[in-house]
Amino acid sequence: MTYMTIPATISGGPSIFQVRIGSGEVLSAGDEADFLVAFYQHSYQDHLDFLREGGVLLYDSDNVEPNLDDKRFVYVGVPITGLTVEALGGTAKDKGKNIFVLGLIAKIFNLDADKLKKLISEKFAGKDQSIVNTALMAFQAGYAYPVGNVLTKHYRFEHIPRPSGRAQITMDGNQALAYGLIAAGVRYGAGYPITPWSSIMETLRRELPKYGGIFVQAEDELGAVSLALGFSYSGYLAVTGSAGPGISLKAEAIGWASMAEIPLIVCNIQRGGPSTGLPTNVEQSDLHQAIFGSHGDSPRVVLAAASVEDCFYISIEAARIARKYSTPVFILSDTSLATRIEAFDEPDLSKLMVDPEPDLTPREGGFKPYDLERITQHIPPGTRILDGKYPLIGGLEHDEMGHPTGSPKLHMAMTAKRRNKLRKLAEEIPVPEVFGDQEGDTLLVGWGSTYGPIHDAVKMGREHGEKIGAIHLRHVHPLPNGLEKIFAKFKRVVTVEMNDQGLYGFGQLATILRARYCEPKIQSVTKTDGLTFRVKEILQGVFPGKFVSVRGYSPNRPVSGNGDQDVDVARAESIAQGVG
Amino acid sequence: MLPAPSLSPKELVNDDVYIMSETNMTTTSSVATGVPPAIDEPPREKLTKKAITADHPTWCPGCGDFAVLAAFYKVLEKRQLDHEKIVTLAGIGCSSRFPYFVNGHGAHYIHGRAVPLASGISLARPDLHVFLFGGDGDGFSIGGNHLDHGARKNINLTYFIMDNFVYGLTKKQTSPTSPIGFKSKTDPSGAIDQPVNPMKKLIAGGATFIARTHAAQVNHMIQMIERAFDHQGFSVIECLSECVEFFPDVFDPANPKKGGSFEVIQEKKWDNTPEDELRHDVTDELAAYKLASLPFPGVFGVFYETDRPTKNALEKKWIETTREKTGGASDLELLQKTFDRMK
Repeated sequence: MTYMTIPATISGGPSIFQVRIGSGEVLSAGDEADFLVAFYQHSYQDHLDFLREGGVLLYDSDNVEPNLDDKRFVYVGVPITGLTVEALGGTAKDKGKNIFVLGLIAKIFNLDADKLKKLISEKFAGKDQSIVNTALMAFQAGYAYPVGNVLTKHYRFEHIPRPSGRAQITMDGNQALAYGLIAAGVRYGAGYPITPWSSIMETLRRELPKYGGIFVQAEDELGAVSLALGFSYSGYLAVTGSAGPGISLKAEAIGWASMAEIPLIVCNIQRGGPSTGLPTNVEQSDLHQAIFGSHGDSPRVVLAAASVEDCFYISIEAARIARKYSTPVFILSDTSLATRIEAFDEPDLSKLMVDPEPDLTPREGGFKPYDLERITQHIPPGTRILDGKYPLIGGLEHDEMGHPTGSPKLHMAMTAKRRNKLRKLAEEIPVPEVFGDQEGDTLLVGWGSTYGPIHDAVKMGREHGEKIGAIHLRHVHPLPNGLEKIFAKFKRVVTVEMNDQGLYGFGQLATILRARYCEPKIQSVTKTDGLTFRVKEILQGVFPGKFVSVRGYSPNRPVSGNGDQDVDVARAESIAQGVG
Repeated sequence: MLPAPSLSPKELVNDDVYIMSETNMTTTSSVATGVPPAIDEPPREKLTKKAITADHPTWCPGCGDFAVLAAFYKVLEKRQLDHEKIVTLAGIGCSSRFPYFVNGHGAHYIHGRAVPLASGISLARPDLHVFLFGGDGDGFSIGGNHLDHGARKNINLTYFIMDNFVYGLTKKQTSPTSPIGFKSKTDPSGAIDQPVNPMKKLIAGGATFIARTHAAQVNHMIQMIERAFDHQGFSVIECLSECVEFFPDVFDPANPKKGGSFEVIQEKKWDNTPEDELRHDVTDELAAYKLASLPFPGVFGVFYETDRPTKNALEKKWIETTREKTGGASDLELLQKTFDRMK
């Protein structure tokens, strides 16, 4: 698994790229590093506390002067800048240092150099051949560096057979989401660029024509959602998406989709908010926006992807629900899922691909688009209706034929119809399995990308003697029926969320669960530092006063966060950020 | 632990008879081409006014929009289009109630956004006839941005804008086309803002068919609708349609029955006669702009018409080029191939 932290600057600025490798399931980015590569003095200074004792610091001896008296770490100094310039003949200043280091790491970790060279050639393909050659030269120089002279310990990864027997594929969460939509038979969509959603629209714009579809870059977010609704109305379930600010602009149209009962998939790749907020950081602060963000009583479905792999499957689930219940469905993802790369078992596409074609066979008469006794299933335009009575769909409250009505009775009945179909959906949602202790003191409840760290926290908590379990909600709205039976088995229920505790002291999911179950034992651990949860942060938040001695926790990182205690730290740090 | 809130049976609307219809989840290699599969066609009857009439319009008696509806019925009857392929769409406003009065597939959407909604339908379903209706507020104010971009992208659809120079549904506020000095509830001492010039906006936006007509001139309206319909691309008609309730008599200067003069644009016949020199070349953007600069009530007819590839055609071409490269692979094979590269 990889994890990327980049600043919201137009070009440049400090970037962090983490890789975690393991033979089992890699669920979280990890609390500590075994191996840290520092290109600059500030990267050494800022991230040394992330390195475990006995860990290796590989640094550019041209730029970094580490405190060699600190005997906790193994120091490996390599004149990265000088050697890169030397290898490339000084043609491009010190560009290519990253590729040099890739070669160096490939040597240290015994990685497949031929495969990496192939990937480098693919990455720079389409550019000038000299750029590919330069990159390969930099790689080769790094790979040939006699690192054995300074580092005695080498690493070796062994090939282990996958228990599933299926091949593994690697991609980031936004790719998984886009390809999941394609597998789900989504052939049309529209969007407007915004970080971190843009790469989904880029993928779909490139890929959909291969499948006979179209993705439109619209003039704005309102145009994008309207185009998508036009596609959906025409018979092809469509997708639109954005990050929080763009979703706000789409809110009116989503209210229309709820009223007119048009299927639609809306992706919200969340980032830090409100407003432009932290454009390149992670936050889960759009849950309430997804569930309630429109006008009037406008029920919709909200799903949240738990991992990169789940981004693929949640798309298929979203499309299934959107079609079956003729409703807008939100897919919540976030910056951390969007940009991180994971390996997962290749999906069995032959069992998953869905036919996108609308059914245009002529219908007998008597069709009512808003039949009170059925879940709405629209007839796409172009379909002959043999009694000659055609349906009109719209945003005015309507009778069963779709014609406007001001009848209080019909408004009550139609409001109930729109709500009850989602109660029907709740009946078919599987109750999530409890991970860890099946009963005990603490049940952690998560949604979205916190899945990995929460599961690791349960493992670590149990190792330290806590009676702790966890459930993860993929269907956040409506909630599956039967959660109260799980809650009853634990003394307290703690949601773990990357959002603020709000005015009343609870994270966004906790607020909903408390309203739904009227249960005071529901609490939350929240934080707003724009970074994913470290495992120990969760445990420290859930068990105040415990787990403090475990390394990997930096006092600069607010836990359970509420941020109040960190105001002084924040003032002192005054982190420079660009505009995004 | 409290039990989950239970539903009172009275709250549920016939919940026990809800029927779930499963969507088609089969594996397939079909490609979404926007062309519906062939189906057995039962015989058709003639498309009559009766067949395409729905609810009685809710407009005020005397509203200009009635005449627009009548003209639209006439065009549909004349053209004998397949009934199910007629799609009427609109945003919000008095005139945007239009789709409710036409028996056919259609949708009544939100304020100002009907152009992108219609664009989605037009792009995905080239087999449909997409007719869009709206007013001046919907088209030139809240939807002004979408109008420009629909025009620039040259989406294939017919857009009929009933311009009454006032917000009628919300009861007499200033509209983007209200003349300076118009006294409304939001400008009690008279409007002060420069109004939009619809023809200029459309020419600058890049619409490929731009015409102007008057609701009191049914035959001219029919002609304009037919020409807009026959044009491939983003076709827009601005129709002066009087609001008898909130801005009566404003269009009388263009109504001969009320002492005005309805001046129709004389289009070039390319017959090499001296008279033809004076006639309007509809492909001349600058000439169209000059016509649009004439003082109210101006002239009526086709201001501008040009052939430019539609987005529909360009996207279709791109799909075909891309599909050629895939060698006719099925959807399943295509996605599998992509995943194979990620191993």
